[in-house]
Amino acid sequence: MKAQVHVEQLKPADFASDQEVRWCPGCGDYAILATVKKVLPLLGIPRKDLVFVSGIGCSSRFPYYVSSYGFHGIHGRALAIASGVKMANPQLSVWVATGDGDGLSIGGNHLLHTIRRNVDMTVLLFNNRIYGLTKGQYSPTSELGKKTKTSPHGVIDYPLHPISVAIGAEASFVARTVDVDLKHMAMVLERAARHRGTSFVEIYQNCNIFNDGAYTYATDKATKDDTRLMLEHGKPLIFGTDRNKGIRLNGMEPEVVELGGSVKEDDLLFHDERAAQPSLAYLLSRMHYPDFPEPMGVFRAVERPCYEDRLKEISRTDRPTSEGDAPLEALFNAGDIWTVD
Amino acid sequence: MTSSIDAPAGGKTDRIVSDRVTVRFCGDSGDGMQLAGTQFTNTSSVFGNDIATLPDFPAEIRAPAGSLSGVSGFQINFSSHEIYTPGDRVDALVAMNPAALRMNYRDVVDGGIILVNEDSFTKTSLQKAGLDSNPLEDGTLKDYRVFRIPMEKLNAEAAGPFGLSNKAVNRCKNFFALGVVCWLYERPLEPILQWIERKMGKAPAVADANTAALKAGWNYGDTVELFPHAYRVPKANIAPGTYRKITGNEATAMGLVTAARLAGKELFYGSYPITPASTILEELAAMSHLGVKTFQAEDEIAAIAATIGAAYAGDCAATGTSGPGVALKSEAIGLAVMTELPLVIVNVQRGGPSTGLPTKTEQADYFQAVFGRNGECPVPVLAAATPADCFDMAREAMRIAIEYMTPVILLTDGYLANGAEPWRIPHVADLPRIHVHHPTNGNGDGHFMPYARTASGSRPWAIPGTEGLEHRIGGLEKQDVTGNVNYDPDNHQHMVDLRARKVANVVDTIPDLTVAGAADADTLVLGWGSTYGAITTAVERLREKGRHVAHAHLRYLHPMPANTGDVIRRYKRVLIPEMNKGQLLLRIRADYLVDAKGINKIQGKPFLVSELMEAIERAIDER
Repeated sequence: MKAQVHVEQLKPADFASDQEVRWCPGCGDYAILATVKKVLPLLGIPRKDLVFVSGIGCSSRFPYYVSSYGFHGIHGRALAIASGVKMANPQLSVWVATGDGDGLSIGGNHLLHTIRRNVDMTVLLFNNRIYGLTKGQYSPTSELGKKTKTSPHGVIDYPLHPISVAIGAEASFVARTVDVDLKHMAMVLERAARHRGTSFVEIYQNCNIFNDGAYTYATDKATKDDTRLMLEHGKPLIFGTDRNKGIRLNGMEPEVVELGGSVKEDDLLFHDERAAQPSLAYLLSRMHYPDFPEPMGVFRAVERPCYEDRLKEISRTDRPTSEGDAPLEALFNAGDIWTVD
Repeated sequence: MTSSIDAPAGGKTDRIVSDRVTVRFCGDSGDGMQLAGTQFTNTSSVFGNDIATLPDFPAEIRAPAGSLSGVSGFQINFSSHEIYTPGDRVDALVAMNPAALRMNYRDVVDGGIILVNEDSFTKTSLQKAGLDSNPLEDGTLKDYRVFRIPMEKLNAEAAGPFGLSNKAVNRCKNFFALGVVCWLYERPLEPILQWIERKMGKAPAVADANTAALKAGWNYGDTVELFPHAYRVPKANIAPGTYRKITGNEATAMGLVTAARLAGKELFYGSYPITPASTILEELAAMSHLGVKTFQAEDEIAAIAATIGAAYAGDCAATGTSGPGVALKSEAIGLAVMTELPLVIVNVQRGGPSTGLPTKTEQADYFQAVFGRNGECPVPVLAAATPADCFDMAREAMRIAIEYMTPVILLTDGYLANGAEPWRIPHVADLPRIHVHHPTNGNGDGHFMPYARTASGSRPWAIPGTEGLEHRIGGLEKQDVTGNVNYDPDNHQHMVDLRARKVANVVDTIPDLTVAGAADADTLVLGWGSTYGAITTAVERLREKGRHVAHAHLRYLHPMPANTGDVIRRYKRVLIPEMNKGQLLLRIRADYLVDAKGINKIQGKPFLVSELMEAIERAIDER
């Protein structure tokens, strides 16, 4: 991120606003807010240069609770508003808090296009697989067959997988974490914030009112080592309580294998978050519980020029903006002119 | 039109001096008629005539060749005195094929000139135009002076020798036709030749072929003795100064960038391509050296949302679209009203509803602009009256947006956007600066109150990056002064009132409504937007006929100038011509309890002067 200046070391509490936090008690959003406040002081960005932008939904109340600049927008449009903020002033550190409905349903178009432009911002997509603020309708990430108020017979549309969507739009930084794993979340958020370009982070977030337990499989101490795969760059894909299982490529398909016997670590897939092609990251994004452990961490982190850099480049390589009235006079008088005496 | 025979001009042909001529080029949408018309306009304005133009083209880029739906036209009125409209009737029509002839010949004055591309009148193309017989031979055109010119054959002879394909050679025939018309009206070729060199210089064969076609057209007129007379329209006697030709969209683009520079800021323009607004985006995209950032968004909503974000972060921000796009932007306009951020929304109106008539003009988005949002959502609305006026009103829109911290809607329309007139180029130093103040200090006990008010009802424009002024804004109702989210009933009513009062206060900084016409007039024609030219001309001519008519034109639609009520109550009769079903009419009747009457035309075309004169006289004679 730009805007890194030496500032007096701030503490998480310095990023708390004076507004009362109004999420339901027990909501996963509290953990995300706490972790963001923990990560912000590590980045060395003064509060004046931070802008949190959101749309509509539970997650979108986020900007009110951070003591920086903030913009609570309209449903689905956070990324477009944030893009405007960043283009107007590239020195700002821009963050977006969105949800599965806000970011993938009504705002899906902006998610795709902001990512493909690679506008430098950090996008936190709180995925609770439900509409919370409107009280319990299914979302674009709700599982097939899920019964909700608007799907009493079970959801009949196939869900979107946020990480696959982001990789499909060629995101330069894609990661996943989960609300209860504070340490992992802090690691992921810090990396996302330091990445230049659109950093997309899916956060598994529990809605304890309308979709409680959506991620129990991935958070329960007894099962999480078998249901999650912690990604590490350059390392083989190994998981399991006894770290004795791995992911191997069988043709074009991943498969779960037991280590030991004929299967060696070198036979496994190795994670490469910096791969130029997004194929491996996409393959990982297609691994879902219960058939596979679900990857956590950084799927993809590649360097690509940002949109606002290119925008600036245009101004630079065009003619430099000169001061005063002369450039306007030149504009007015361009082309065929004539004088009447 | 007054005429007199003048001495022979160079060649053997007499030149009749005429004070005002209307020419229309028409052909297939692939025939280059817009280009021929634009070039004819350029050379006429450089020559020193007053001009007004009306391009008329189909929504389809290439409708089936030779079909009626594919006919494209460009009309220009040029004159030796001041003119305000592109002309009702056509003195000379250039028709490149039977479909174009069929669609346009009725607009030619009796005894007027029709130049046809004779080579295109084949059996097939007559069929494509739905003609059973050849209008050149069946008496259809008996009231006109028809000149049959084998344009394709002559063009091929002129443009052929430069090594281009037959197809490419044939594409030069618009320049051949242009050459003939330039000869007929004694237009200088130099501005056109310079344009060819500028645009086609990199492809010398193409430039040479077009140059040859143009000159061949001119020489054809000069040598064949086809025409008994040629014409001359002397220079116009207009105010001294330096001029250029300008279209409404060019003027809007220049007005926006000028406003930004007068405010000492960069311009952010977020837009999504839509007819007829796209050329504003195209113009501004080429102005990055003036500190312009253009953003071609993924959709209309993203375009305004990014514009709002840019305004929040401190840019001079604008977005442009047409009616369907404004419909999509409406929720975001509400957000800008709630967050009280300065931005300009340009609506280049077109025929509606829905996709409607994308390339045709209309002014039926008045209600949408003034009322078309959820909640009590007041927005200042301005309307440009002429193509060049778009420059002034774009600056005004930005001035009001910044002074009052509000979105402002500027209405233009397809007719203004594509129409052109001479623009007297201003000196930048003479233009009023726009004052911007970004606070750097708190305004309440060491805290920052983002919704504290100034005397005009505006709020501070504190931008991210300013230390100590960190604050949060959004679309939820605000508590007065603090800007915190607040659902208190009394606060909501108070805030609704504050926002309404702020917009009403704009009236303090806008000029009064002025009236053109004698003091003894008992009928007022009240217009807004692009009807200015037609109304001005109609009212002038009616006064010459002894009718007691006056004209007032609203450029500020909401709020309206403070004296609007006083003005309209002075007259026995108030007539409101609009290219809609009577939208301003409803507002005037409601606000001022005046029994105004509408004159309404919704045909995708501007009013003709004759239509207006007739309607006004009828209304006067009724009582």
